[in-house]
Amino acid sequence: MSTDRIEKKILLRAPRTRVWRALTDSKEFGQWFGVKFDEPFTPNKPLRGTLMPTFVDEEVAKRQKPYEGKQFDIVVAQIEPERLFSFRWHPYAVDPAVDYSSEPTTLIEFVLEEAAGGTMLTVTESGFDAIPMERRAQAFAMNEQGWGMQMRLIEKYLAHAA
Amino acid sequence: MPRSSRGQRALRGSAPVFAALGDETRLAIVARLSAGGPRSISGLTEGTSVTRQAVTKHLHVLAGAGLVRGVRRGRERIWELEARRLEEARRYLAEISQGWDDALERLKKFVED
Repeated sequence: MSTDRIEKKILLRAPRTRVWRALTDSKEFGQWFGVKFDEPFTPNKPLRGTLMPTFVDEEVAKRQKPYEGKQFDIVVAQIEPERLFSFRWHPYAVDPAVDYSSEPTTLIEFVLEEAAGGTMLTVTESGFDAIPMERRAQAFAMNEQGWGMQMRLIEKYLAHAA
Repeated sequence: MPRSSRGQRALRGSAPVFAALGDETRLAIVARLSAGGPRSISGLTEGTSVTRQAVTKHLHVLAGAGLVRGVRRGRERIWELEARRLEEARRYLAEISQGWDDALERLKKFVED
């Protein structure tokens, strides 16, 4: 089982050119993601932004509010027009008391494909296995479904088998 | 990204765990490690008719599914359950995964409006 990567696919009912701009124009990216960049995305150049609430969703904006102004660092990796946009960051770097800069990063890749009725976007984030276990343990917000439930099932099963 | 599919994905991801546990000897090994804590191969074969070689083979299958891990101590290897660490890794990924679901919903609104 992979603990190293996440993959998401979503059909966006918008032309590829529109999606591409929303991803690679750093100002547009910031508006939906919830971060403010003063400079454009340039491959291999570290870029520091500051978190700010998204314009897109009021509920989410409320949740993002406490993190407003916090530094947000990425390094853009690849920009292949209308096909691939990728960058690296420190995942879940939410603790202001921690200096994450010397720790491994994960790679985020956005891949665009033409699809009936719009654009198919695939997002992958990979490299989690290199992230120190204590960092991973910090991010909980217990997911009652998923793995926690699997472990309880196994425990129950073992209790019977023993 | 519909939320109902998350549980299904988690189930699929857990398949190797269930496959690894779908063997009586391996289940017995996990039960022993669970009840008695970390132990060596000798500690695991003690009082059973299973050979050292067989236990070693089963331990590697369990390790491959991320259920146990072996730590070298002196001349032998001590085997322990990995469940907690794995659960943490899973939870972390679930959290980040949810973050992406939310972010992509916002992107969708942004480009479709």
